[in-house]
Amino acid sequence: MMEPGLYHLLFISTALFFIGVFGFFTRRNLVTMLMSVELILNSVNLNFIAFNKYLWYDKMDGLFFTIFIIAIAAAEAAVAIAIIINLYRSHQSIDVENTEDMKY
Amino acid sequence: MTGANIIFYLLAVITLVSAVLAVTTRMIFRAAIYLLFCLIGIAGIYFWLQYEFIAAVQIVVYVGGIVVLIIFSIFLTQQAGDLLAKPKLGRQVFSALAAFCGMALVMLQLSQHTFAMTANKAVAPTVANIGNQMVGVEEGGYSLPFEVVSILLLAALIGCIVIALKSKPETK
Repeated sequence: MMEPGLYHLLFISTALFFIGVFGFFTRRNLVTMLMSVELILNSVNLNFIAFNKYLWYDKMDGLFFTIFIIAIAAAEAAVAIAIIINLYRSHQSIDVENTEDMKY
Repeated sequence: MTGANIIFYLLAVITLVSAVLAVTTRMIFRAAIYLLFCLIGIAGIYFWLQYEFIAAVQIVVYVGGIVVLIIFSIFLTQQAGDLLAKPKLGRQVFSALAAFCGMALVMLQLSQHTFAMTANKAVAPTVANIGNQMVGVEEGGYSLPFEVVSILLLAALIGCIVIALKSKPETK
């Protein structure tokens, strides 16, 4: 076991990203798909923080990107859940196949 | 093997294991709880890196906000005790394959790459420094994105209300 460093954090964030991608591909329920998207966004945040900590510690830009991503993720989750609840009201289910009806 | 290393590996294991469980469990409520532990693990990693402000924001917004929102939407849209439909085997296999291949590709690229470090003096990510740069208007200040995000949050707030509003009955 080595001293944890940049590569360890990048490994965690890569693994987290692809776990999220796997969940996004396999899940058919809109709420669980939203959870997978949250995992992907968190892996990106971890990446920004890792680079800021270990490579460009003289600036705080990665930190600000993380703050803005968190704010936008919160807005995105709120809008997505409003859409999901609206869909449930009209279809009594939140399966992703039903969202095709939203086109018309 | 110092205590700090052990804590780091512990946090990494908590994060990754609960992430895997969150995308594979068939009980949707448990998936939300595993997501909660995953996000707490990530907040712990931020604490471990001594980015306390980001860790606090992570806990307040993700753990306290988004997960609670997800749990409420599960309550509103799911029958209690229902299992999620099992995904088709073919789709599961191909998704796992795609995720694994992508991960292998990225790890291969990472292992062959060396990153260039900056030589400048470190800036401590204290709340005072963050606050000064966040609303600063000089070069490197983030006041414009700050304002744009506040408009975006207002738009999202109004949009949520409009979308989720119950439409009035047509008849008088």
